[in-house]
Amino acid sequence: MAEAAVQAIDLVKWFGPEEIRTYAVRDVSFEAAYGEMLYITGPSGSGKTTLLSMISGILRPNAGVVVVEGREIWRLTPNELADFRLHTVGFVFQDYHLFPKLTTVENVALPLILKRQDWDESIRAAMDFLEVVGLQDRAELPPVKLSGGEQQRVALARAIVSGPDILIFDEPTASLDGATGRKIISFIRENILNDRRCILIVTHDSRIYEYADRNIKMEDGRIVGVTSGGVSEK
Amino acid sequence: MKGILKIAFKLLVNDRGKFAALLTGITFAVFLMVQLTSVFAGILSKASATIINVGASVWVMDPAINNPLNSIQLPDYILDAVRSINGVKYAVPLYSGVALVKLHDGFYQPATVLGLDDASLVGRPELIQGRIEDIFADNGFIVVKDDEYHKLENPTLGTTFEINDHRAVVIGLAKVTSSTLFGIPTLYTTFTRAIQYIPSTRFTIAYILVEPKSTQDIARIKAEVAKAGYLALTAQEFQQRVSTYYKYQTGLGTNILIMTLTSFLVGLSICAQTFYTFVLENLAKFGALKAIGAKSYELIAMILFQTLFTGLSGYGLGVGLSSLLIGFAKQRVPNYAADITFFNLGMAFFMVLVISGVSSFIAVRKVIKVEPFDIFRG
Repeated sequence: MAEAAVQAIDLVKWFGPEEIRTYAVRDVSFEAAYGEMLYITGPSGSGKTTLLSMISGILRPNAGVVVVEGREIWRLTPNELADFRLHTVGFVFQDYHLFPKLTTVENVALPLILKRQDWDESIRAAMDFLEVVGLQDRAELPPVKLSGGEQQRVALARAIVSGPDILIFDEPTASLDGATGRKIISFIRENILNDRRCILIVTHDSRIYEYADRNIKMEDGRIVGVTSGGVSEK
Repeated sequence: MKGILKIAFKLLVNDRGKFAALLTGITFAVFLMVQLTSVFAGILSKASATIINVGASVWVMDPAINNPLNSIQLPDYILDAVRSINGVKYAVPLYSGVALVKLHDGFYQPATVLGLDDASLVGRPELIQGRIEDIFADNGFIVVKDDEYHKLENPTLGTTFEINDHRAVVIGLAKVTSSTLFGIPTLYTTFTRAIQYIPSTRFTIAYILVEPKSTQDIARIKAEVAKAGYLALTAQEFQQRVSTYYKYQTGLGTNILIMTLTSFLVGLSICAQTFYTFVLENLAKFGALKAIGAKSYELIAMILFQTLFTGLSGYGLGVGLSSLLIGFAKQRVPNYAADITFFNLGMAFFMVLVISGVSSFIAVRKVIKVEPFDIFRG
């Protein structure tokens, strides 16, 4: 296996007070390597999103360790953690969370602007990435004028514009039809994944399983199986 | 940070409906606050017009006086008593009363008559036509050319009219710093002529105008006058007394204060509520920004910038609107009482800062609490 980009060791997360404690994730350990497209699958409420949140530095685990690129991220201060997310992780949210009052290109440029890059430079870079996802002609439109698939690609461009090593996708195909979903994942697989990048995808869309390198299956907060994805099987 | 603030700016102004509501709320709140307080400042200024125009350093009066035009006459011996106080350079009587002027068309017009000390003419206005020494000529009167001047049928030098069956001749036209509150013309003549022309009570001196030898003497003069049962005030103290009277004894000040506070509360509620809705609608987006890597202080800076920008824009528009209206009214309505003072502007500015601060506080609390995990969870 290639060098580990992400290591989760004995992660535990619960919610609620002690007497009615609900475990979302129990003793979960796994590794994801650079160049790997790893799926986390399972039914609703199985702990996929909680696990991904702990790995990406937005939800503190109750126990366990997360190591990303050799750094134990939950030892970082809140500001260091924010910097870690800004520089190392790219997010594509299920609902995209694009700002409807900004243009498409401004939405894509947001991570660069947060990194305090010059405005014009950020917009130019964002234009380049819009070109990568084939939406350069939509740059000045507000995201609400775009189709679901196009918004997904804008969110993707925003996630990769700052060159993060770890990409996190939350149900990327949930609101897309089958053909568009497959097209998007295929595009990610062919154009975004490289040997210095690790992609983690939370999904329960079986139509896109064929694009995964590995598939971690969760149930009731536990890993119940790790299978080779469609790519490995081929 | 410049880029982050630019994002904040675009998020704000591109939401045109909410931005317009915010701006309208603050603009009208500022407009009302400035307008109300300016009208009150104008009333106070005009109420003190006689004090300003006569320009004496110290005024001696009956302790019941609270308004320069409602004088209570002083006995003559008080003038002698004041003159004998150590530290008084000079003390002169001033007559102040209201007379009915009969115009050529047969109508009567009330006018304020100020009678100046015959020997010194202390408190005389600045003439723009005529010679001051002509005031000693038969029936000589000076007419103040202010907003009320036209009510005497725009008299010129030599124009005659009647006061209490006495002939009066205009020998000069004068300008003054401020016109009076009650919208009637002002005439100046000598003290002697004033008490001859206008029916008087037993005592005739409305005020005694005092010039102290030095400012250190003022305290002694005030003490000595108080011993005689009267009141000596500097011009500033007299204006303050008039101001206090209108603020607290006429109900005018309380009403203006209530209306100003109401304007402030309306502005605050519109702005805070609209901004809160704006933040609520964008809460998930702020959460997404947090997840991407925005730090809390950057989000706070965005919100502060948005509220301050809206507040200051609304302040500028409100002050501009108020200035335009007051300027227009002053051109159209004679003797319109409204003065935009630095105090009024400062007070409105402070209130806008409070509105922006409260709106920011409510919004910031919400944004600080949003967890990026909630965005993931959907």
